Amino acid sequence: MIVCERKPLPAILENLAGRRRAVVAGCSECVTVCHAGGEKEVALLRDLLLLARPDLEVDTIVLTRQCDGEFLEALDALAGEADCLISMACGVGAQFLAERYPCTWVFPAVDTRFGGGARRPGVWEERCGFCGDCVLHLTGGICPIIRCSKSLLNGPCGGSQQGKCEIDEAIECAWQKIHDRLEALGRLDLLDVVLPAKDWSRARDGGPRKLVREDVAL
Amino acid sequence: MSAGRSRLECLLEQGHFAVTGEVGPPQGAGAEGIRHHTALLKGVTDGQNLTDNQTAIVRLSSIAAAVHVLAAGGEPIIQMTCRDRNRIAMQSDLLGAYSLGARNLLCLTGDHQSFGNHATARNVFDLDSVQLVKMARELADPGIFQNGDPIAAEHRPRFFVGAAENPFAEPFAFRVRRLAKKVAAGARFIQTQAIFDLPRFARWMEMVRDAGLDRNTYILGGICPAKSFGALRHMSTVPGMVVPEALLARMKGVERKKQAEEGVKIAVEAVQELRRIPGVAGVHIMAIMWEEMVPRIVEEAGLLPRPL
Repeated sequence: MIVCERKPLPAILENLAGRRRAVVAGCSECVTVCHAGGEKEVALLRDLLLLARPDLEVDTIVLTRQCDGEFLEALDALAGEADCLISMACGVGAQFLAERYPCTWVFPAVDTRFGGGARRPGVWEERCGFCGDCVLHLTGGICPIIRCSKSLLNGPCGGSQQGKCEIDEAIECAWQKIHDRLEALGRLDLLDVVLPAKDWSRARDGGPRKLVREDVAL
Repeated sequence: MSAGRSRLECLLEQGHFAVTGEVGPPQGAGAEGIRHHTALLKGVTDGQNLTDNQTAIVRLSSIAAAVHVLAAGGEPIIQMTCRDRNRIAMQSDLLGAYSLGARNLLCLTGDHQSFGNHATARNVFDLDSVQLVKMARELADPGIFQNGDPIAAEHRPRFFVGAAENPFAEPFAFRVRRLAKKVAAGARFIQTQAIFDLPRFARWMEMVRDAGLDRNTYILGGICPAKSFGALRHMSTVPGMVVPEALLARMKGVERKKQAEEGVKIAVEAVQELRRIPGVAGVHIMAIMWEEMVPRIVEEAGLLPRPL
C-alpha cells in the first residue's frame, strides 16, 4: 500500500489561512488501512480544525478511491460549496482532486511516505521503490534498491555490521538478509554475478511515467 | 603532467612491497595543506590517495587535489565515490582527471550522506562500486563509454583502477565473494579498511588466497595509526571497523603523554605483521590529521628507501 502520515496540525492550519469553508476528503483505500485518511481520521481532523478555527465550516466525505476519476463525482456537490479541499489521500488523490476542480484550492493533509506494508499494528515498513524493473528474482525476494540505504546491486558496502545498516542500527542490512536467505535456499551462486548498471529510465529518472494497456482500455 | 603509466602500477608489477598514503583535501579553496602533505609523503610513499568528500563532508575535489599533488611531485590516487555523481558525471570527471595527469583511481561506494554535514542532500548511487570499477576499466579496454559508444584509441583514459574492501564488515563469508566480484569487474589493486584485528585479517587473507584472488589483484592492507586512546576508541565505534579489546586495553594502559608513541609502535608492528602474510602486496597508511608521522612509521617498519 501507499503509506501516509498526517501532517502536524499547525501545517494544515497554515494552509487554511483566509479560508472559510473546507471539505476534508478521505479515501477508503491505502490511507484507511494505514490509519492516515480514512473515516475515523477524517472525522478527527474535522474536530481538530473546528476547535482551532471555530469560524470555519467543515464538511467531510470519504471517497471510494481518490486515485480513480470515476469515484470523484461524489465530491462535486460539496466541492462546489467550499473554498478549499483538504485531501487526506496520498499525493495521487490530492492531485486528482486538483485536476478535477481547477478553480478550487486543494491541499494535502498527509505526507505520502512510501510503498510498504504493516509489520504489526502501528508499524509500517518500506518495501518498494517503484523502480519499474524488478530484481527480486535475483536477490532472494529482498529489494536492494529500496532496502539498502545506497541501493547497491552487487553486495553490501563496508558499513554492514551485525546485520545492521551503517546509517542506523534500527535498519537491517538488506544485503545481510539477501545473503542469509540465498544461503538458506542454496543459491549463493546468484551473488557471484556482477549485476550491470541499472536501467533507471524505467524509474522516475525517465520522466513522469504512464502505463497504457489496450487490453483493458474502454 | 605525467604522460605515461601509473608509477604505482609499475612498482607493484615489479614486485615491490608498496606503500601508499592519504591526503585529505581541505574544507576550503586553499591548496597549501595539500602541497605540504605531499611534500611529507612523496619520498616515503608510492602513491597518495585523495579522498572524495570523505564522510560526506564537502571538501576540495579529489581531482583538483590530485593536480596539486602532481605539481608537488607526488603520485595521486584519486578516490571516486558513487554517492554524489551519476555515470555521466563520473565518466566526464574521469576523462578530465586523466587529461590532467592522474593515473590511479580508487572506486568506492561512499559514506552515506547522513554521516556528513549535508544530511538533507539527495544521494545518487546510480552505480555501485563494482559497476564503477567495470566502467572505469572499459573506458580503457575495450575503450567504450558505459553505453557502449567507442572512445578514440588515442584518447582513452587508462587508469590503474582499484577498489576497497573491508574484511571486518559483514557478512564475513560474503566479503571474499564480493572482493571476487570487484576483481572480476577489473580491480587491479585493493586497499583495505584499517586493520587492527590482525588474526581476523589473516583469516580473510587465507580465504582470499584460497580463491586465488591475490594472484589477480594487489592487496594493500590498511593501517590507521591512532594518536591516543580516545582516537582508538572512536575508531572502534565507526561502522565496519573492529578494534580488539586487547588493543584498546594496551593503549589505555599507557600514560596519556606517551599514547601517541604507542600508536606509532602499534602501527609499525601491524605493518611488519602484514608483510609476513602471504599475498599482501603493500600497505595503505591512513594518517589523516597525523600525516607528519607517516615518514617515521615507514622508516621504522623498514620500508625505506622507497624504490624510484
